Amino acid sequence: MNMAVPAADPGCARLLAGLLEQRTGQRIAPNRSWRLDTALKPLLAGLSIDDVAELARRLRAGRDEALADKVVDLLLNQETSFFRDAGVIESAVQAVAEPLAAGMPVHIWCAACATGQEALSLAMLFAERKAAENWPRMPEIVATDVSGAAIARARQGAYSQFEIQRGLPVRRMMQWFSPNADGLWAASRPLLNAVTYRRHNLVAEPPPAGRFDLILCRNVLFYLVPRLRGQVLERLAGALKPGGLLLLGAGETVIGLSDELRPSRRARGFYEASGHAPSAPGGAAEVASGAQSS
Amino acid sequence: MKTCLIVDDSKVIRKVARHILETLDFTVAEAADGREALEQCRLSTPDVVLLDWNMPVMSGMEFLRALGTETLSHRPKVVFCTTENGMAHIRAAIEAGADEYVMKPFDRETLHSKLQIVGVA
Ligand SMILES: C[S@@+](CC[C@H](N)C(=O)[O-])C[C@H]1O[C@@H](n2cnc3c(N)ncnc32)[C@H](O)[C@@H]1O
Ligand SMILES: [Mg+2]
Repeated sequence: MNMAVPAADPGCARLLAGLLEQRTGQRIAPNRSWRLDTALKPLLAGLSIDDVAELARRLRAGRDEALADKVVDLLLNQETSFFRDAGVIESAVQAVAEPLAAGMPVHIWCAACATGQEALSLAMLFAERKAAENWPRMPEIVATDVSGAAIARARQGAYSQFEIQRGLPVRRMMQWFSPNADGLWAASRPLLNAVTYRRHNLVAEPPPAGRFDLILCRNVLFYLVPRLRGQVLERLAGALKPGGLLLLGAGETVIGLSDELRPSRRARGFYEASGHAPSAPGGAAEVASGAQSS
Repeated sequence: MKTCLIVDDSKVIRKVARHILETLDFTVAEAADGREALEQCRLSTPDVVLLDWNMPVMSGMEFLRALGTETLSHRPKVVFCTTENGMAHIRAAIEAGADEYVMKPFDRETLHSKLQIVGVA
């Protein structure tokens, strides 16, 4: 069936972009805005909605939360892979290896985890090192994302042939995954149990309870409305334990966005709290960042 | 530039793989079965061999075993690339000395990722 979807008129496009921004702080990347129709096509077909205009009418009526959720999920960029920037994942594990080897509890927050590959990559490395070096315990890994659909998939831990081959060395695939009845590659129980998944909105909610030794927040800030980036960074700073480390995506930085974080002195490529972070969790007052020189 | 020898009895697969590999800056050679591949490796050993499983004359597994007995300038990385997508086949390939495994159908991202993992891309 070749169902042509009429192009969204500017009014509909604005409504959809507004919905996304209001829910997640995300801007539709300019290279995606012209693909609104394509992105939404499966949803329209599945719900027998004729076109984007009809979808917009239903959203405007504002009673269908589930529909709004689905639209937002489709508009989010959820691209991820196992061992994305592999060296960085290794150094994240290394950064907390010492306390783990000494048997101390370590808390890790993997923020904007998408469908779970990032958290599972960490969990595999931790489990391997625990076994090889006789660590007394695993870290606690909490992984969160604003998308309910992404979190549901992450909890299932089952990946398509395409996903499982992206970034994941075959030996690790053999060790930690097995084919399931749906033709997907399912993570083993112990691996899945190493991560706790929760739905969480970085721009609207205080961080998950507790303070963290390590926070990963990769490849999400970039898509946020600039005014929200500093706010999110301040919340992350406030969620770090003293001495805790923050890891951003390749090419993402705190410079010029928040003076509550600075490049870490002990771990290259990480950030640490600079000491001015508000101590009340969630007290992310917007602080105008001073001019930074480097 | 890195070199890749594509070994597959399907001309279409060789063409698709060649196209992808060239966009990844590889110099590409082709062979239609294990025997041809072995001869090419003796003449000029590539950095990596992309290896089909089921082929006439000499299969991928037979090639892999034969490769182990050759004295070459270096040992090329071997990446299986096959429709044999079951765990038993994957395990057998890795135990026989393959470095990586690509389950068909593949795309550019998959190939690129696996070639990065074996350290040639
Ligand atoms: C491009 S993916 C990055 C995934 C992973 N961190 C990585 O680097 O591979 C961005 C993720 O951020 C999530 N996201 C977007 N806005 C968010 C928000 N306001 N709060 C939490 N997660 C959000 C999206 O749902 C998506 O899964
Ligand atoms: Mg064949």
